Amino acid sequence: MSAIIEFKNVSKHFGPLKVLEEVDLDINRGEVVVLIGPSGSGKSTLLRCINGLEMITSGDLLVDGLSVKGGNKILREIRQEAGMVFQQFNLFPQMNALENVAFGQRHVRGMGRKAADISAQELLEKVGLGDKSRHYPHELSGGQQQRVAIARALAIKPKVMLFDEPTSALDPELKQEVLSVMRKLAEEQMTMVVVTHEMSFAKQVGTRLIFMEHGKIAVDANPADVIDNPPNDRMKDFLRHV
Amino acid sequence: MNIDWSIIINFLPQLFHGAKITLYITVTGLIGGITLGAVIGLMRAYGGYILNTLAFIYVEIIRGTPIVVQVMFLYFALPVLVDIRIDPMTTAILAIVINAGAYVAEIVRGAVLSISKGLTEAGRAIGLPRWKVVVYIVGPLAFRRLIPPLGNQCIVSLKDTSLFIVIGVGELTRTGQEIMAANFRAVEIWTAVAVFYLIMTGTLSLLLRIIEKRMRIL
Repeated sequence: MSAIIEFKNVSKHFGPLKVLEEVDLDINRGEVVVLIGPSGSGKSTLLRCINGLEMITSGDLLVDGLSVKGGNKILREIRQEAGMVFQQFNLFPQMNALENVAFGQRHVRGMGRKAADISAQELLEKVGLGDKSRHYPHELSGGQQQRVAIARALAIKPKVMLFDEPTSALDPELKQEVLSVMRKLAEEQMTMVVVTHEMSFAKQVGTRLIFMEHGKIAVDANPADVIDNPPNDRMKDFLRHV
Repeated sequence: MNIDWSIIINFLPQLFHGAKITLYITVTGLIGGITLGAVIGLMRAYGGYILNTLAFIYVEIIRGTPIVVQVMFLYFALPVLVDIRIDPMTTAILAIVINAGAYVAEIVRGAVLSISKGLTEAGRAIGLPRWKVVVYIVGPLAFRRLIPPLGNQCIVSLKDTSLFIVIGVGELTRTGQEIMAANFRAVEIWTAVAVFYLIMTGTLSLLLRIIEKRMRIL
């Protein structure tokens, strides 16, 4: 297995605040990595460094061999390799579901309108929203919006999908429809990095669990092994509270 | 007191002519002012340290001084300083451009910054270059929020043209003043002038309401 994401001694500081400290991490193709940890532990920052929404302070970070420090052009290439799904969905409110999904294909991949629309419709069907393509974001439930957001990220044909607390803003019922779409993606061998508090998802779908604390990777193990049997007290304490 | 509204009819052609000049200064000045304001506002929102500071200084100077002083400066001080003499009409238009530009810049900056950062990130995360994020995502959303305060500024600028009486531009207020000087019919003439302004600002308000209705604010 070859690594598609390589953190090499990565640090990220916000002023005096050290959010990531000398992180080394290889993520291989096909892995579903679940990132957990207390708030402020750096898990979201770690994710956002991968597609350059946060610039790393030192070290190097490669995505499919491309360095996030390679400048704007390389960064845009990396972002086409790594799709991102946000906690707050962030759908473009002036566009309907189909336009949201087709937008990236047209403006990033340079696809024609007709081809982009057809492929966007297919993606919406894949996330179970084939009949909602003409609906605007404000006409959709949170779960539906998040599924459109997943389709939008998939539309640019990424090799990795990054999820930043994708279900944290959703009701328990709506969480399930988003998680089942993510499960389906995992079954298709999509490489995924997921920041979440959904431990059942981590256990069932995750191939690797990373527990972060104070900007460092504290535990990196197989989810099934550690969730019921945390290797240290801090993680045990954390898991009791989620 | 003898008030005779019928005398207004005699002066209607003159008042119409004055109103036309008022409208001309307003429209030309606002086209320039909105363009300038958009550029300065984007400099404030997206520019680096230098562009941002330059834009900030401009906005503060204009917002911090009365428009009458700005007009006087353009018309009387500029010729002394740099030997450029401009006619009253050009001065009037230029004053609206420079003055409205500063206020529009703040409106544009506010509208752009009010758009959720998450949408910009979503755009960048799918690999869009920065300018496409501005043009296709932030721009259309900010534009909708721009309309109400921009409309307000258009009305303010229209009324500001009455100040050009000080440099002798024959706009509506000056026309009223001239008629008044000849016949002392203060009540009739100033009422007529006020009604002319109200018709122009009222039309602007109506137009704005129609645009706002047709455009959902998102």
